[in-house]
Amino acid sequence: MSVTTVFGVCAAALVGLGLYGLICHAGVLRKILAFNVMGSGVFLLFGVVARRGGAVVAGGGVASDPVPQAIVITGLVVAFAATVLAVALLLRLAEATGRTTLDADAPSTAESDR
Amino acid sequence: MDSALFLSTLAAAATAHGGDLLVLALALPSLALLLAFPLGGRWAGRIVLLTLPLGLAVAIAIAAAVLHGGVPIGYHLGGWAPPLGVALRADGLSATLLLTTAVVLCAVGLYARADFAVPAGVAEARSPLAFWTLLLGVWAGLNGVFLGQDLFSLYVALELVSFSAVPLVCLSGRPETLAAALRYLLFALFGAVLFVLAAALFYGTYGTLDIGLLARHLADAPTIPPAILAAAALMTLGLLAKTALFPLHVWLPPAHAGAPPAGSAVLSALVVKASFFVILRLWFDLLPAGLTRQGAPVLAALGAAAILFGGVWALRQARLKLLVAYSTVAQIGYLFLVFPLALGAAALPAGGGAAAAGALTGGLVQLVSHALAKAAMFMAAGLIAVALGHDRIRGLGGIGRALPLTVFGFALAGLSLAGLPPSGGYVAKTLLDAAAAATGQWWWSLVLQVGGVLAAAYLVWVLFNALRGWRRPPTLIARPRRSQELIVLALALAALALGLVPLSAFDLVTIGHTGLTAVP
Repeated sequence: MSVTTVFGVCAAALVGLGLYGLICHAGVLRKILAFNVMGSGVFLLFGVVARRGGAVVAGGGVASDPVPQAIVITGLVVAFAATVLAVALLLRLAEATGRTTLDADAPSTAESDR
Repeated sequence: MDSALFLSTLAAAATAHGGDLLVLALALPSLALLLAFPLGGRWAGRIVLLTLPLGLAVAIAIAAAVLHGGVPIGYHLGGWAPPLGVALRADGLSATLLLTTAVVLCAVGLYARADFAVPAGVAEARSPLAFWTLLLGVWAGLNGVFLGQDLFSLYVALELVSFSAVPLVCLSGRPETLAAALRYLLFALFGAVLFVLAAALFYGTYGTLDIGLLARHLADAPTIPPAILAAAALMTLGLLAKTALFPLHVWLPPAHAGAPPAGSAVLSALVVKASFFVILRLWFDLLPAGLTRQGAPVLAALGAAAILFGGVWALRQARLKLLVAYSTVAQIGYLFLVFPLALGAAALPAGGGAAAAGALTGGLVQLVSHALAKAAMFMAAGLIAVALGHDRIRGLGGIGRALPLTVFGFALAGLSLAGLPPSGGYVAKTLLDAAAAATGQWWWSLVLQVGGVLAAAYLVWVLFNALRGWRRPPTLIARPRRSQELIVLALALAALALGLVPLSAFDLVTIGHTGLTAVP
């Protein structure tokens, strides 16, 4: 099993774990973290693609394709911005209602405290 | 005669500078955003209201250039051609959507002038600054989506749209809008990750992200690689989550109903169309016909479910804004009927090209008329809610007498949504119906008719309640401005007028898609 295959499998596993967390967890913070796990999987996949592409271009050398790296850097910035926005919204929601889930039917703890 | 000559000279000039116009369409809102945020205060609103007419002029010039030249305009950033560089491209679809965006945003900007004015005696207020800068963000992102010719640029532009649209939902800061915004953001992020994952698979297979180059690679491929199949499915699913197609629509009604009226208008009229536009690009310009023809019925079946369930749910709503939001869920469904109709028509042995172009035009007319009508409806619902202090449908009694212009605008917009003649919605349905007949897919026209009946039913339900109690008009807690009422009416009339222009005026739409084989 080559290095790229190992990393490719790891990337797939990360995306799968993240997807599961994003869909199945009720807590919003967990969902945000799961989104980041998924994002890491995608960036790892881009790394695999860069390595493989570089191997083709440089005839099996260690050089790697720079385009996916540039994409990953941009993607990291976007994912960071997304996380900041989501956490800020979650903080405001928790301040306003005391809830950290989106389940509107669940009794809000802030209301039951009053 | 002189004016015609003058106009054609102008169009020729626009064609000659087509590439620069594309750059201007991107740069204008971005520069305005960069200026509006630091200057802040009263300047944010002024800058937006100054930029919007300029943006409209640029959009008209691009449409004129595409129509005059008859071919898409392209531009290579920095003079680097793909695969090394990044390309911008405006075909008929892009030009139509750029124009629609500019028109709707101009109306929204004028309408919001009263709602988001900085109060006297204050240098700066939070919600006006946020609204105006976010509006510019949405506009810059939308133009990026419509002009992007490379999957990664499309990803970045879609994210800009989402990140600007999400805070629009919770501008009022009420807890339920915060939850709605957060749910919207999580769906958008889910879609975004799937999109970029698919982009990685496309790049890994063919070493490029340029739509034109990918399409050429795929057309030459003897069999479609499995990675591309996975990528196509992932990307479509991600975009469906952002477009809120049934059953991924659950985030839309609370988000669109919770936003301030001007924000709802932008979200419902334009933002959901951005991801739909990328699906169009993906299915018509990138993927090979052999694959899309098999997948199209699935998309359309989801669209049909959206039309039926959205219509029924809209009827069951107690609040006007929620009814309008569920109507968006239903109207999005119509857009997805385009796929089997256009692709099926393109495969016909004779006269398929014209029928396919008809179906595509029908879908685009539906998109544009929904954008105009829904913006009008949300803004009308906002005026009614402000005037009454609530928007319970059963409590609307007599509002038809108190605010006749607003209710009239609402009703005219409803005509277009229900697809009654003479409106843009009617033209769209006629074109889609014709394509269904030409390709023998009668079941889609059945869906069209049932959807129209449902839309008419919820429209009549609202009007019945608004016109009841004519003798005893309610006491209004605030009178909406006459200018706002006139903007609602103007947008509704524009949606209606789409049904009166000759069909040849829609030739713009299909430029670059003759017979649905993308012209590179």
